[in-house]
Amino acid sequence: MKILVFAEQREGKLKRTSLEAIGFAQKLSQQNNFEFEILLIGNQISSLYDEVKNYGAKTVLMAEDEKLHFLSSAAYSKILSESVKSKSIDTILFPATQMGKEISSLVAIKLNCGLANDCVNLKFENSNFIATRSIYSGKSLIDVKINSEIKIFSLRPNVFKVAEKKESTSQIEKIEIALNENDFKSIVKSTSIATGKPDVVEASVIISGGRGMKSPENFILIEELASTLNAATGASRAVVDASWRPHNEQVGQTGKTVSPNLYIAVGISGAIQHLAGMSSSKCIVAINKDKDAPIFQITDYGIIGDALTILPTFNSEVKKILGK
Amino acid sequence: MKIVVCINHTPDTETKVNVSQDGKSIDKTNVNWILNPYDEFAIEEALKTKEKFGGEVIAISLGNESHKESLRKSLAIGVDKAILLKDESERDSISVAKAISEEIKNHNADIIFFGKQSIDYYGEQLGIYIAELLSISVVSNVVKLEITDKKVVCEREIEGGKEVVETSIPCVITAQKGLNEPRYPSLKGIMASKSKQIEEKIPNKFDLLVETISMTKPSNERKRKIFEENQVTELVKILHEEAKVF
Repeated sequence: MKILVFAEQREGKLKRTSLEAIGFAQKLSQQNNFEFEILLIGNQISSLYDEVKNYGAKTVLMAEDEKLHFLSSAAYSKILSESVKSKSIDTILFPATQMGKEISSLVAIKLNCGLANDCVNLKFENSNFIATRSIYSGKSLIDVKINSEIKIFSLRPNVFKVAEKKESTSQIEKIEIALNENDFKSIVKSTSIATGKPDVVEASVIISGGRGMKSPENFILIEELASTLNAATGASRAVVDASWRPHNEQVGQTGKTVSPNLYIAVGISGAIQHLAGMSSSKCIVAINKDKDAPIFQITDYGIIGDALTILPTFNSEVKKILGK
Repeated sequence: MKIVVCINHTPDTETKVNVSQDGKSIDKTNVNWILNPYDEFAIEEALKTKEKFGGEVIAISLGNESHKESLRKSLAIGVDKAILLKDESERDSISVAKAISEEIKNHNADIIFFGKQSIDYYGEQLGIYIAELLSISVVSNVVKLEITDKKVVCEREIEGGKEVVETSIPCVITAQKGLNEPRYPSLKGIMASKSKQIEEKIPNKFDLLVETISMTKPSNERKRKIFEENQVTELVKILHEEAKVF
């Protein structure tokens, strides 16, 4: 078995989700003596070699070119599929991010092989991979197997353990794949990423607000608690549709799917569309004044009461405990 | 402009999901089926594109007879022509993509719209697969689209922000919420759709690359410890000491 991990970077910054995919490859290699390699694609990314060289990969493959500064999914997927062929790779791991999902699908067609997308669990047993995916708005799980020789899996962010540093150092190998105009038919022109706040998909703590916040101004209470916990802010569909919050914060169907360690739902009743996006969170806390709200059916810890009264006390209690 | 929009017929989100006797698919009794919500954005964008550039919009769906309901709805909303690739066999998403791409080849499409994902299997793959099978470019998860001549400029959501992607016709676009406000079918549209034919074809079959072994319901066992409004201090302490979440 020979594994390749696509390590996603943007603007020279390695995504945390990439370390989760590397972590899974590391686990497989420790348990079964598999070799794995890490592939980085971009421009001026040589410093990223230092960031990933101690995770036990045999080689870190670097495809570096100024034309690869911004994502071109055609070029990136060509580099990947050519590397897979030349290195006789049989298992490819991606983080299930926007970029990972698009490129992995292109690679699957280029290599005519099966892809299990957004896996919430992946096991290797009796020489076979069994991947678990969450479907029907999180109301059901399926186990799938891939029949093709080459297998691709993308891993849902925040579910798999981040890789641990090792003593050994991976070799570095520059790879050059011939690219032509056609590989840049579609290209990213600019990227704007909000700084200072974790994204709702990648955050390990999320504080989400719904109608129970009563007005857009009151979301300052959510933001204050989020800042205390270094959390991302999320929102229900109702408050996004009412333009209280931007769409990129929406959790649930027609929004984001998240699996943080802690999800705090404030003033959110828990419609199935919302649960679809957050029911795989590890610990769910709900604050709601309606004791019969469906959200309480899936919470670990619930508190019945007015969100606007509870949030300030909650925030100051957390600050006390964290010494902030 | 030749415009294709691919749609799916999916169980309503509110539907209770039970596992059928084969242990690997949904029990279809008492399931309410709807047009996949994301496909409404795809249909709307297809119609807007036609309104701007002229041409024709063709809706394609692969599945059993019941998919005609969603195809009929797309006709009522304003699509010109609907094609059902009639099939009941077990397929993975690549085999669906291969079958649909074979049909799209008959239409010389300039632009092909998909919903960003289907709310049954949450794959987010079909539109991307089909673009690659047709050797054209794809932009997924699009929230803003501008077409001038052959140039296509899209804005899409990424983790923590947005990015602008440029490509050209022909291409595949997968639609995310925010791209537009889908229109409802008008009474006139509903009446007109009743007399329109839905063309039926039999798609080719392909080997399964991904196979479902089993379907289960998640355990979702939660502690469900409930506190009163005056017990905030206690709750925070438990979250810190027992749940260890901060």
